[in-house]
Amino acid sequence: MGEIKDKSLLENKEFLQELMVRMMTVNKFEEQAFWLFGQGLVHGTMHLSIGEEATGVGTTAALTKEDYMLATHRGHGQALGKGVDLNSMMAEILARATGTNHGKGGSMHICDFDNGILGANGIVGANGPIACGAALTIKMKKIPNRVCAAFFGDGASNEGAILESMNLAAAWDLPVMFILTNNTYGMSTPLDRVVKNKDLKQRAAAFGFKAYECDGNDVLAVYETVKEAREYVVAGNGPVLVVEHTYRTSGHSKSDGNLYRTKEEIKYWADRNPIIRFRQFLTENNIFTNEEIDAMQAGADKAIADAIEYAKAQPQPEVADLEADVYAE
Amino acid sequence: MSEMRQITYRDAVREAMVEEMRRDESVYFMGEDIGAYCGAFGVSKNMLEEFGPERIRETPISETAFMGAGVGSAITGMRPIVELMFSDFMAVCYDQIINQAAKMHFMFAGKVNVPMVIRTPSGGGTGAAAQHSQSLEQMYLHVPGLKVVVPSTPYDAKGLLKASIRDNNTVVFLEQKRLYKEKGMVPDEDYTIPLGVADVKREGTDVSIITYGRMVQMSLKVAEQLAEEGINVEVLDLRTLSPLDKDAIIATAKKTHRVVIVHEAVQFGGFGGEIAATITDSDAFYYLDAPIKRVGALYCPIPFNPVLEAETFPTPAKIEAAVRDVL
Repeated sequence: MGEIKDKSLLENKEFLQELMVRMMTVNKFEEQAFWLFGQGLVHGTMHLSIGEEATGVGTTAALTKEDYMLATHRGHGQALGKGVDLNSMMAEILARATGTNHGKGGSMHICDFDNGILGANGIVGANGPIACGAALTIKMKKIPNRVCAAFFGDGASNEGAILESMNLAAAWDLPVMFILTNNTYGMSTPLDRVVKNKDLKQRAAAFGFKAYECDGNDVLAVYETVKEAREYVVAGNGPVLVVEHTYRTSGHSKSDGNLYRTKEEIKYWADRNPIIRFRQFLTENNIFTNEEIDAMQAGADKAIADAIEYAKAQPQPEVADLEADVYAE
Repeated sequence: MSEMRQITYRDAVREAMVEEMRRDESVYFMGEDIGAYCGAFGVSKNMLEEFGPERIRETPISETAFMGAGVGSAITGMRPIVELMFSDFMAVCYDQIINQAAKMHFMFAGKVNVPMVIRTPSGGGTGAAAQHSQSLEQMYLHVPGLKVVVPSTPYDAKGLLKASIRDNNTVVFLEQKRLYKEKGMVPDEDYTIPLGVADVKREGTDVSIITYGRMVQMSLKVAEQLAEEGINVEVLDLRTLSPLDKDAIIATAKKTHRVVIVHEAVQFGGFGGEIAATITDSDAFYYLDAPIKRVGALYCPIPFNPVLEAETFPTPAKIEAAVRDVL
């Protein structure tokens, strides 16, 4: 773990516990969702972010409830971090009528407009332009102390939509936070095979705005970096880019045979995952004992087990409602 | 009583935007060169002066970025009017229209609306060749969640655009660039025309031409010519293609028993097939006294040469021949 800028964070046990519990919840949510897949209880596909928990949780912890946020297709951690109801999200994974999207969206499209979550997006890079629009609303309506954070990955960083929106946000000084989760692979493709310049934070300089960078497996580093970047944005300085370096230890999706990387590489990163590292940090600094952290894990496990029970008991959507909501009233 | 004035199709579009922007602060207008230049077709004359650069928002040449910005602002409380300089350019921002705007209301369980109008000049006859002359409505129509409007007169353009701006869905508003200078009577007072309601532009008894957009005017001229021979043509202007006024289509088919469908878009795979199927799927099928005929553009990109270009599209002669065919 890196050096902490705001030492008072170390005194804030409640907040530190919250970060840990959220990461554990995200991790367990995905582990169990994937297990439900194996049981045939979840259909379709889903994209896990195991190993990346600090990015979703650390970033959203630095946002307010009112801040807008656009999640990616690998967005369970982003949505849970931003405050989506755990039970409703699990119900959506199980395609139930009471899910966040009434069973019509699924894993890739989780939304919660009451918590500023303008939806997770299945199209890589599409978040950038939409974030510009949400930020434009903030600017045109002169809403104080609000940003729009758009998550995207190293893969999406090469989409024209992202590059166009970086320029637009800069040209119009929009309060957009481009949150680039560099999880090392775009599906199976390592970054260095598809770019000449691997230093992704330089993308911001090209468009004339400021970039931040952090160890994406260090939840406090992510939190502090995003917090600082957010303050810069709400001060009216236009957009920022935050590059968070991490590693996806889970496969791209359920079809992933991990043919593009070695078991040793995955193990290297699994041993350095953000939950393990945060546990070490908390115990070494005598903030929490291992027993206390085990209790947090037990609590997260129970919350997920309860969410699964809740979701399983929820009704299926009615076929009669299938064509509802094609158009708004 | 309101005064009727004669104004152009272009002025009608502008009046609709100006009036709605005065009425509702959340309405704003965004696109390329819409300020001092007034847009590629001069639609937004004087709008920058009245509303300023915040609400008359000129964009970089980044269709994906500004179409997406339209979507993002629409789901957070604004009502954007986005001008796409040529409808052909939807190909460079298709994702934001098709995968984002069209799907959000459904995919997000009705929890959010995308009240956006995409205004875009459509169609050929301007010598602009293959990439600036297409009628691509079918590309939008095949995607559930979008509304598609194609006005044929200044009156319709104004009333339909005002209704589109007030609609809570994404409306693709396909302006007919060859009609911008056409004049028509438009009232002074505020009015809207509901989306999804067709309009009989000419009553007739012998044969129905079902059409929309620029082809309405061409069909009316053909109808006038044929009237001299005692052939009484009804012209149904669909005005809105989605939602589609199926009742009006079925009613006119039952009335005249003979149907010609005319559209400027490529005939193959075009909307004419859907109109024909609307009739044949209904009991209007039993009223037909002749096969349904379609007149659309040839299956080729639009060429530059003016003679070739004109021959690509439906012409009065082709429409007349089709009418005689079904009689």
